[in-house]
Amino acid sequence: MDSGIIGYGAYVPRHRIKVEQIARVWGADAPSYKRGLMLREKSVPTPDQDTITMSVEASRHAIRRAGIDAQKIGAIYIGSESHPYAVKPSGTTVAEAIGATPDIHCADFEFACKAGSEGMFVAMSLVEANQMEYALGIGADTSQGAPGDALEYSASAGAAAFVFGKEKRIAECEHTYSFMTDTPDFWRREYQFYPRHAGRFTGEPAYFKHVLSCAKKIMERSGTTAKDFRWAVFHQPNGKFPMRAAKKLGFEKEQVEQGWLSPTLGNTYSGSSPMGLSAILDVASPGDRILMVSYGSGAGSDGFIWKATDRIKEVQGLAPQTREQLENDPIYIDYGTYAKFRGKIRKLAN
Amino acid sequence: MIGSSRYWREVPQRYRYEAAKCTKCGKIFFPPRLVCNGCRSREFETVTLAQEGVLETFTVIRVAPTGFGDETPYAVGIIKLDDGVRITSQVVDCDVEKLNIGDRLRLEFRKVQEDGESGVICYGYKFVPAN
Repeated sequence: MDSGIIGYGAYVPRHRIKVEQIARVWGADAPSYKRGLMLREKSVPTPDQDTITMSVEASRHAIRRAGIDAQKIGAIYIGSESHPYAVKPSGTTVAEAIGATPDIHCADFEFACKAGSEGMFVAMSLVEANQMEYALGIGADTSQGAPGDALEYSASAGAAAFVFGKEKRIAECEHTYSFMTDTPDFWRREYQFYPRHAGRFTGEPAYFKHVLSCAKKIMERSGTTAKDFRWAVFHQPNGKFPMRAAKKLGFEKEQVEQGWLSPTLGNTYSGSSPMGLSAILDVASPGDRILMVSYGSGAGSDGFIWKATDRIKEVQGLAPQTREQLENDPIYIDYGTYAKFRGKIRKLAN
Repeated sequence: MIGSSRYWREVPQRYRYEAAKCTKCGKIFFPPRLVCNGCRSREFETVTLAQEGVLETFTVIRVAPTGFGDETPYAVGIIKLDDGVRITSQVVDCDVEKLNIGDRLRLEFRKVQEDGESGVICYGYKFVPAN
């Protein structure tokens, strides 16, 4: 393919809650959750942060690395399951904030945790088809887990944005492949505040079937094996699933550890594998090949094979790096503050 | 009630920090003005404000106006930006008890207020610790 990533950026909120805080409230055993899900803490958005605000910050980082005039961006696609409005696009606010209006196409995507990678796929495809010079694909979420549900230990917040173009690429796209079936493993109906899921059914017939099939097919079609990749990143609903998927596909821990953010970030849903990719691009060297496989319930996986170019080293230091945001100066909060931040408390308007 | 039309009119300033710079004497106005109060010129060019600055003074709000009750205690400060413009803004992601005049801050895009549960959501700038 002629198109690829020319700029990337991520945004991680500063607030965190530890697994122990959540487990204590619900009488659960924190060590077994930490061991079982391989999660230690997760990011928490403040009441003034949402999919739009995080998308703007991540996009600004991506545009800085791309070194382009935002006016030349022809499309913005934001994938999220937590768009702030039911009816009013997130994309127009982001486009206005980064200075990309009015000559632009916007759409908000939704596909559980896969919406970010589908935004990337469509944005890159339009550039590949010469419909526009640059396009922006974003994955962002402030996901919610019902109080006391297993999802509450993982549902977190974050965003990653990617500018696609044909010139000045930092990562070429060598192959794409998508794998979809109708699998009801996780859903949220209209007007419902929290999603529901099918417990253990979310594992083998859902996450693993789609992630493994997508990864195997894209490697088969590109004539590659795990050994041909320096890095790999898979969707991270918890810490355990992506590591198990990597092992089944023949990847070593060293290949996946850099993009494995979930133990301290949680599951950023549409931002998950895109943020993992951003953490890999932060350290990648020219020639490094990267396998990325997303997963969204419902269900499907998008696969990409990226290859870093010589320009990667020039842009890594131009904006805040992903792990730097994740590790520097987190603000830890207790469950009460978390419940207030996430709107879980019934109260009078003030 | 927050009028969506008023909010919309302020988008260039709240989203992109666009200010008006007098082409005659160089004075920068944020928000923009029609007449320069330094030289009476009516000619301006649009400039983008610096995105970092220093906290010059602040107060901590403990009894908030309607719509901000969930955020108390929170800080509102005057920040002198690197281009010399002074701007009033909320300062967030910090412990208000440890905030100090002279702290280096940077701008972030945040939600400023909502018109209740069904009204428009207003976005804009706030400041956070720079490192």
